[in-house]
Amino acid sequence: MSDLADKVLRGDVLATARLIRDLDDGIDGAIAELKVLYPQTGKAEVIGVTGAPGVGKSTLVSRMIENFRARGKKVGVIAVDPTSPFSGGAVLGDRIRMQNHFNDPGVFIRSMATRGHLGGLSSSAYEIIKVLDAFGSEVILVETVGVGQDEVEIAGAAQTTVVVLTPGMGDEIQNLKAGILEIADVLVVNKADREGAQVTVQGLRRLLEMGGFDRKGWHPPICLTVGTDGTGIPDLIKAVDQHREFWNRQKAQPGFEHKRREEDFLRILQGQAVNKLIVSLRRNGCLEEIVARITRGESDPYSESEKVLKLGDYARNE
Amino acid sequence: MAERKIRILMAKPGLDGHDRGVKVVARALRDAGFEVIYTGLHQTPEMIANAAVQEGVDAVGLSVLSGAHNTLFPAVIEALKQKGASSVTVFGGGIIPEEDMTFLRNKGVMAVFTPGTSTEEIISFVRGNIKSVH
Ligand code: B12
Ligand SMILES: Nc1nc2c(ncn2[C@@H]2O[C@H](COP(=O)(O)OP(=O)(O)OP(=O)(O)O)[C@@H](O)[C@H]2O)c(=O)[nH]1
Ligand SMILES: [Mg+2]
Repeated sequence: MSDLADKVLRGDVLATARLIRDLDDGIDGAIAELKVLYPQTGKAEVIGVTGAPGVGKSTLVSRMIENFRARGKKVGVIAVDPTSPFSGGAVLGDRIRMQNHFNDPGVFIRSMATRGHLGGLSSSAYEIIKVLDAFGSEVILVETVGVGQDEVEIAGAAQTTVVVLTPGMGDEIQNLKAGILEIADVLVVNKADREGAQVTVQGLRRLLEMGGFDRKGWHPPICLTVGTDGTGIPDLIKAVDQHREFWNRQKAQPGFEHKRREEDFLRILQGQAVNKLIVSLRRNGCLEEIVARITRGESDPYSESEKVLKLGDYARNE
Repeated sequence: MAERKIRILMAKPGLDGHDRGVKVVARALRDAGFEVIYTGLHQTPEMIANAAVQEGVDAVGLSVLSGAHNTLFPAVIEALKQKGASSVTVFGGGIIPEEDMTFLRNKGVMAVFTPGTSTEEIISFVRGNIKSVH
């Protein structure tokens, strides 16, 4: 049964790709493999890279791979692109910028589609991080879809979140206050070869000085980069390194690990609970009946939902 | 049980810069509900096979307009085989003369589409013939 998991732990690329596919497709047996892998996870450094469409996330990820490979680290990449809400299909193009690493056995790149999941990742991303971790990736780079303001899920999945901006975002920066800026551990102004990079940095600096962005004594540094020629990448890596050290100190604090495990558990419970309920409702025809009752006006969706959760009984006893 | 979403890698092997066709087909397949991974120009057969394995795809679609199809298609099939991914379907399109079709089919290329083929025809081929290998 845990054949696949054993192979993943031994660093088998085919098995790893296969398990990721099973998880993404929601195949039942995949969870059993995760149980085997779980004790071997939590070792990798997970770095999120997020920002608006086209700011240069994939280009920067490719540069970061280069740097971590030079240190001899095995690297995993998860690159998320959007699923078309109309067709359910997707064109995943992040890999185009990572071609230099296709033949490097120390690099495993997986493109994912959001498949309707909101938040900037695919719903399977958390589990796929665990698979790559168990597979032996020491650094896992996660590129989100090109996000706006609200897709901040990456902050919960990554140890270090890199938020990428570009020059010419003068006034827009003011509006960035909420949402994506708040999750930034490291800020990058990419395309620094373009006009206005310094203005953008100054704008960001003013914004940071206004406060609200420091978390437990961490001040997000601002890096200037040119992804296409590699300028500034060592600074970016240094900032990420410093944040890792900060993170490791946090991790030693009481309650920190407990909170992370709690978040992970609750997310998994939520997903499984909802899936299990809906599947079983469908299977025995209950769903049809419930919806018919609501349609006929004999009941309402709130009451039916409570009944499904058997909350109705408790409520009546009160 | 959830239904498998079909994943297809689209690639341009060799030194061929014609990418209009591959992009048109990639978009058409997306609009038909498939997940397409596009890896860009100038791919070696080994790069394509590595990407196909890591991405866990069901099929690889090659686009060749350079005339080098008789070497590139078999090379990709061989690379896939060496990496343990011979169950992945290989198909493709581009400038490919009628007289080369039989050779390519014998080498294991499932189908080849030449200029003028409608995207509907390609979509219906994929729907009918590409099954999940997982
Ligand atoms: C546009 C074009 C160019 C553009 C390319 C722009 C671009 N970014 O794509 C430019 C001007 C850059 C160009 C340059 C050259 N070109 Co040119 N070009 C063409 C032309 C006129 C049209 C190609 C095209 O875009 N068609 C439209 C698309 C939608 O069609 P398609 O690619 O054929 O795709 C369809 C099918 O083939 C199939 N398909 C294609 N790929 C795939 C993949 C899959 C998986 C599937 C299922 C289906 C599929 O489905 C598509 C939809 O029907 C053709 C002539 C022709 N009639 O085909 C010559 C042609 C391809 N070019 C040719 C040549 C020689 C060149 C140059 C070498 C010229 C030179 N001496 O400089 C250079 C080489 C450039 C390079 N680096 O490779 C020759 C190739 C000869 C050969 N193979 O024997 C052709 C055939 C012209 C000719 N008759 O001589 N070219
Ligand atoms: N001038 C300039 N162009 C850059 C730089 N970095 C990336 N680009 C270009 O910007 C374009 C988009 O780069 P990507 O890396 O694909 O951007 P992305 O953020 O991953 O895009 P999505 O994934 O589509 O949101 C490409 O054409 C890159 O070559 C840079 O520093 N300067
Ligand atoms: Mg990208």
